[in-house]
Amino acid sequence: MAARKHRRVGDSPVVRRSLVGLAVALTLLFLFMPLALIFVQAFAEGWAGYVSNILNEYTLHAIGLTLFVALLTVPLNMVFGVFLAWLVTRFRFPGRKLLTTLIDIPFAVSPVVAGLLFLLLYGSNGWVGQWLGEYDIQLMFSWPGIVMVTVFVTCPFVARELIPLMQQQGREEEEAGVVLGASGWQLFRRVTLPNIRWALLYGVILTNARAVGEFGAVSVVSGSIRGQTNTLPLQVELLYQDYNTVGAFAASSLLAGIALITLVVKAIVEWRQSRN
Amino acid sequence: MSIEIQGINKFFDKFQALHDINLTIPDGQLTALLGPSGSGKTTLLRIIAGLETPEEGRIRFSGKDVTDLHVRDRRVGFVFQHYALFRHMTVAENVAFGLNVLPRKERPGKPEIRKRVKDLLEMVQLAHLANRYPTQLSGGQKQRIALARAMAMRPEILLLDEPFGALDAKVRKELRRWLRSLHDELHFTSVFVTHDQEEALELSDQVVVMSSGRIEQVDSPVELYGRPDSRFVFEFLGQVNVLSGKIRDGIMRQGDAWIRLPEGCENDDAQLYLRPHEVRLTQDASDRAHLPFRIEAINLIGAEVRIELKPDGWECEELWEVGISHTEFNARHPQRGDRCFAVPDVGHLFCEHAAEPTTLDWR
Repeated sequence: MAARKHRRVGDSPVVRRSLVGLAVALTLLFLFMPLALIFVQAFAEGWAGYVSNILNEYTLHAIGLTLFVALLTVPLNMVFGVFLAWLVTRFRFPGRKLLTTLIDIPFAVSPVVAGLLFLLLYGSNGWVGQWLGEYDIQLMFSWPGIVMVTVFVTCPFVARELIPLMQQQGREEEEAGVVLGASGWQLFRRVTLPNIRWALLYGVILTNARAVGEFGAVSVVSGSIRGQTNTLPLQVELLYQDYNTVGAFAASSLLAGIALITLVVKAIVEWRQSRN
Repeated sequence: MSIEIQGINKFFDKFQALHDINLTIPDGQLTALLGPSGSGKTTLLRIIAGLETPEEGRIRFSGKDVTDLHVRDRRVGFVFQHYALFRHMTVAENVAFGLNVLPRKERPGKPEIRKRVKDLLEMVQLAHLANRYPTQLSGGQKQRIALARAMAMRPEILLLDEPFGALDAKVRKELRRWLRSLHDELHFTSVFVTHDQEEALELSDQVVVMSSGRIEQVDSPVELYGRPDSRFVFEFLGQVNVLSGKIRDGIMRQGDAWIRLPEGCENDDAQLYLRPHEVRLTQDASDRAHLPFRIEAINLIGAEVRIELKPDGWECEELWEVGISHTEFNARHPQRGDRCFAVPDVGHLFCEHAAEPTTLDWR
């Protein structure tokens, strides 16, 4: 009798083992193998081939443009997300619930549709675009358009991380701070920000990953001009269509590398978050 | 510093949380705001602090109008029900917060701040926890730190929102005594919110009883317990035994129950309120009263034996409760189901046609 372990409801060894087996198989087949294949293909011509593919003029330019777009998008959405979360969790106003729902629109809308919307509105024939055209300002088919759609697609990440956390933490600590004489800025910097820092960092990581990897919306508004408006994901597609498989995979390996780094940082942040 | 509250009205949307509150809180005293949940006591406390703004009315600190003064400039100490310690700061950093956010001109130097924090932590007897984080503390410790943090600014007014509400009974009692002695030592003006009548009566110099956004009665604990103005205050301040009946020719009757009232009681519909210690139990009816009961339950825990009584041949909304000494209990050994009689010594009579209750004494 002593050898017989107590079993809880739903804890059948058969079910457990087959579920674990299935999960492992799927992970290998759909996640690990494709990822490994990227690097196998990228290094198909050896290390020298890999380096020369990366150092390709257009690929280098695409890397630069992608980093530039991310560098603009991430801080913009960080500030926007903090403001939005602050607004939604600390104030009561009519339409607050609606606003919380509207935040998710960029997630709900297909990125291609988002790109088309921006094109229609800000393109040379669009309402705003025509007016801007009179001042010789062109947003579409150049980097400002790319930044605009990227900001749109990634804007919910930070706010969505912060809102539940700030709701759960409540306003008591801030009230305690203000009773003790803290000004609005001191309150934000000394009380609010430290309390949300890990969630904020998590949101930033997700924003960055998406900003770097965004394809659909960007492809609509960029015009894919080699060496001018081509971001890294678009460059991968172009190279592939040119039958330069190794080049395409070399460029892909950079994106995959960024993804892997993101995962590691995300794991560290999650670990820190759970410790706090 | 005294607090004068004048004509305060407060609305949350259409709900009126406070109705025309007028109250003076004397300098250097410990005042309790007592009431059930939803009575507006916390809202009133938050208005005094400046965390809520009233639609109408004025707040004055020692005659100075502070109604339009921002919370951060009112310089009151506030202790929150759930402590509201800054979770990412150590205990010492929490206590130092108020000093650290002072404008540079007024801010004491680093060594001075360190010394003040050390003194405060010694005052709350938790100096050894200076480098811990709030999550590593027990509830009682957190509340002491919250108090030390509020005291760091040397406020003349200390406001406490259900300060012991989230603590277990033993810690609560200990902290209560400690707060009382701290208050006696430092003589600031304190106001604390509680729904626990025992806490209010034990701790405070003055009790403000509130219900549905109105003040019911303001009095010292002794007066309040001895002479409640209303049925609400009576019922709220502890166990009460009620007999509802009609008074005819100096006798109050309901079913088999009757009580001979002292002289001077008009014929009326009335309710007689009796505290458990104002009633004795006997085995036979007396000529003073005939209140037959069956013993429903006996509770031995505590300084007294509490006996729950079910009326026999008459009715009341809630069971009566009478306390007898352990000596008396051991002498007589009453059993569940035994028949017995209650004899009142002191009672409080609320008549339908009288504004104020009369206290009756048969002794």
